[in-house]
Amino acid sequence: MPLETPVDPSGKPITDVPNATIRFAGDSGDGMQLTGVQFTNSSAIFGNDVSTMPDFPAEIRAPAGTVYGVSGFQLQFSSSDIYTPGDEVDTLVAMNPAALKVNLSDLRPGGIIIANEDGFTPQNLKLAGYEENPLTDGSLDKYRVHPIPMTQASLRAVEELGVIGKDAARCKNFFALGVVCWLYGRPLTPILTFIQNKFAKNETIREANTKVLKAGFYLGETQELFDRSYRVPKAKLPPGTYREIHGNEAIALGLVAASELSNKSLFYGSYPITPASDILHELAKHKAFGVQTFQAEDEIAAICAALGASFGGAIGMTASAGPGIALKSEAMGLAVMMELPLIVVNVQRGGPSTGLPTKVEQADLMQVMYGRNGECPIPVLAPRSAADCFDMAIMATRIALRYMTPVVILSDGFIANSAEPWLIPSVSDMEPIKVEHPQEPNGEDDEFLPYLRDENLSRPWALPGTPKLMHRLGGLEKKDVTGAVNYEPANHQKMVNMRQAKVNKIAEFVPEQTIYNETDEAADVLLIGWGGTYGAIREANRLLIEMGHKVSNIHIRYIHPFPRNLGEILERYRGKHIIVPELNNGQLLRLIRAEYLVNARGLNKVQGKPFMVSEIVEFVDNLLTKEKKNA
Amino acid sequence: MSATESPKYTVKDFASDQDVRWCPGCGDYSVLAAVKKVLVNLGIAPEQYAFISGIGCSSRFPYYMNTYGMHSIHGRALAVATGFKVAPPDMQTVVITGDGDALSIGGNHTIHALRRNVDFTVLLFNNEIYGLTKGQYSPTSPIGKKTKSSPYGSLDQPLNPLAIALAAEASFVARTVDMHPKHLQETIERAMRHKGSSFVEIYQNCNIFNDGAMAHAQDRKVRADNVVEIKHGEPMVYGKELNKGLMRKGRDVIPVTIGENGVTMDDIVRHDEHAPVGIHAQLARLKYPAFPEPIGVIRAVERPTYNDLVNDQVADAIEARGGRPDLQQLLNGNSTWEVNEQGETIGR
Ligand code: SF4
Repeated sequence: MPLETPVDPSGKPITDVPNATIRFAGDSGDGMQLTGVQFTNSSAIFGNDVSTMPDFPAEIRAPAGTVYGVSGFQLQFSSSDIYTPGDEVDTLVAMNPAALKVNLSDLRPGGIIIANEDGFTPQNLKLAGYEENPLTDGSLDKYRVHPIPMTQASLRAVEELGVIGKDAARCKNFFALGVVCWLYGRPLTPILTFIQNKFAKNETIREANTKVLKAGFYLGETQELFDRSYRVPKAKLPPGTYREIHGNEAIALGLVAASELSNKSLFYGSYPITPASDILHELAKHKAFGVQTFQAEDEIAAICAALGASFGGAIGMTASAGPGIALKSEAMGLAVMMELPLIVVNVQRGGPSTGLPTKVEQADLMQVMYGRNGECPIPVLAPRSAADCFDMAIMATRIALRYMTPVVILSDGFIANSAEPWLIPSVSDMEPIKVEHPQEPNGEDDEFLPYLRDENLSRPWALPGTPKLMHRLGGLEKKDVTGAVNYEPANHQKMVNMRQAKVNKIAEFVPEQTIYNETDEAADVLLIGWGGTYGAIREANRLLIEMGHKVSNIHIRYIHPFPRNLGEILERYRGKHIIVPELNNGQLLRLIRAEYLVNARGLNKVQGKPFMVSEIVEFVDNLLTKEKKNA
Repeated sequence: MSATESPKYTVKDFASDQDVRWCPGCGDYSVLAAVKKVLVNLGIAPEQYAFISGIGCSSRFPYYMNTYGMHSIHGRALAVATGFKVAPPDMQTVVITGDGDALSIGGNHTIHALRRNVDFTVLLFNNEIYGLTKGQYSPTSPIGKKTKSSPYGSLDQPLNPLAIALAAEASFVARTVDMHPKHLQETIERAMRHKGSSFVEIYQNCNIFNDGAMAHAQDRKVRADNVVEIKHGEPMVYGKELNKGLMRKGRDVIPVTIGENGVTMDDIVRHDEHAPVGIHAQLARLKYPAFPEPIGVIRAVERPTYNDLVNDQVADAIEARGGRPDLQQLLNGNSTWEVNEQGETIGR
């Protein structure tokens, strides 16, 4: 519970809180993402664990002041391990009425509203659908409202620099940032450094933003507006060097690392699509690592070019979201048939069709598992967080090269855009990825047999240009061993089974499934999750235990094939509650039920939003409480 | 290579052990034979070649070559070949495609690969029909064409493959004919020697579903009057007696007879492979029966290849960093902080 420790130089009391959730919201042109990122950075450097979630509008620049143009950035920072960007918001920064309207429902009662008073003009109020000004009409009485004329204050702060009008008003996000930094005792130094670097070439803008940021900070200190500030003590983290990382960035860096570890060049074919484009942006920067990026004419060309590169001996890679994966599915089938390595990333978003391009959903699992013609097995890996994307990208490459198979990495818009502190791994500790290319024919009479398999059921990857190993690949069914076109019934059966057996064999290679909060005797409830719901489920599990419930959870990162011990784990929980929370209508649930014949049940949500921890807690708590009553 | 040198490789070196399965009499056979002869002339080892195809009768081609090869999916050969050519190793790459493959389902890839000028040769087998699916009209079939899928006649305006290639700024555009082996071989050889995307439309007879559709250009008895074999720097003359030619009239090119109406050899346009693309587009649009159709190399210009540009950009980036940068540095990024053994953050 909050502790009073009055030390602020202003003499105002400081309240310690274990964690805080803040949301910055404004017009998409107001710079809220930048503001949020800078606050995150400052918090991480201060020593808190941080988890973030941006919320973009679908339109790039919707008319200013409208509710559909509101852009938000939420973060939670904490003195202990956290896994989510927070359920309820403690402090909401609203730059205009629309931002207030869209976000108010997530603010907890008693929460703080910091509003840019200057943004609450009659026109903006009308655009947001307010008849009266909510800052003054008493409708916000259950919150602590702090209206601040941020635009005016920014203008005043930069007057002496000769910055006026729009340019000056544009600095107001730094004013808001300054205010919140004071409120939560964040250091300004990292932000000042950022401003120095970002505006290195423009002294006036640099000075203006610096002044406005400080003006915001001093306002908190000197004015009567706030009666106290808050501190979230530093979190205790494992020792090492840290940085902030986003999921898309981590996938890109993971692939660059995999390319270095395998000594194979990386070819990335891609067509821009939300929320996957940042992978292209990131990789395009790393040409110095030999990375070739190809912005193709369409999704199909992107994957086909990547597959062509794989045929040549590179690591072919492509990424998209569900709509693009739909277009790529024929080529994914070709990769299965030709048994070439290929990395396919699906950064899921809300569907079907164009759906909710900027929102999160986990509804493409069945698509990547089964969305192709024929019996077409492809391994599926699902990173659980932004930082995990790095490890999974390397693992996906290991699998692709070892088993000569396309591999899907199933990320989502939440993982892609959220940031978390990342304990940077040491390159010298990373295991190299061994790749062998045959130099000599492997058959009798100098014959090369492209479909002769090794102990992993994998076929040889002969590099074009190698004498005596000329061979033809293609989408027609292959004869076992020789790879010649073949239509015989028994051969087809054999090859279909072989391709599945090869993917199944990967279970021997990937780690066993771990259980969180495992108890000697099976708990009453087993929560099973995958992907970006990791944080919410783990946090829910922790709270449920605190409430006295017996709950364990597993988070599946290898979905196809499932970890080799998953059946055993589920067997232990037969007769208990097996709950699968997913941001879809029950896709992992169906796979688990079909594969293991257990009575698992779903907890499903498809609203374009991540789970709130409380949703999972309440569901399980109700279930167990009801059960107790009936007993 | 000079004629006296004995070739390093023979036609047999380029033949795979697979039985060729096209219908007897299909025009594809002569293209296969011509390509093998070209490869003998080029003197490059079989393992240095890759043939990449889409789907269709002609796309079986790679199976018959003792080289590296891929029979990919419908319409996507140029996309596959783009990635293949850009990524190492740098191979001699030939794309085998057809009118349906390259101009219908794969039309997008055709224009984009050509505009990028990826260094490969595209052999487009144009038989104006879908052969593999047993005879539906194709994007190059003429209006009114009666097929299984157009019993009342096709309503679609046909595409002009050469015009599309030129509009995409292809650096090498040519047309040749399956039943004219010498011209076929010479044209393919020039295409393969060209650096950049070379696009060759091959009139190919599908004797099963569209026999004689291009007879005007194939039949030895009539073709001299219906096609103009254009050659760089030479007047565009045609006809059995070579007494006909193409002349400029205003903005148009029109067929004329030399010696009639005061037309002399000097009036006949000389072909310039490097001329502005507009003139080549005019040639591409000459269609039988209103006009004689040009065959041969219509356009051949030099511009940087996409694969070179991509690789140069990578090489420049490496050089600018003074060699391959350190992976650890990349992972560290620009802003890090330390946590000590006590679990306390100790700033940057
Ligand atoms: S159907 Fe036509 S194009 Fe196809 S192989 Fe037979 S003759 Fe040739």
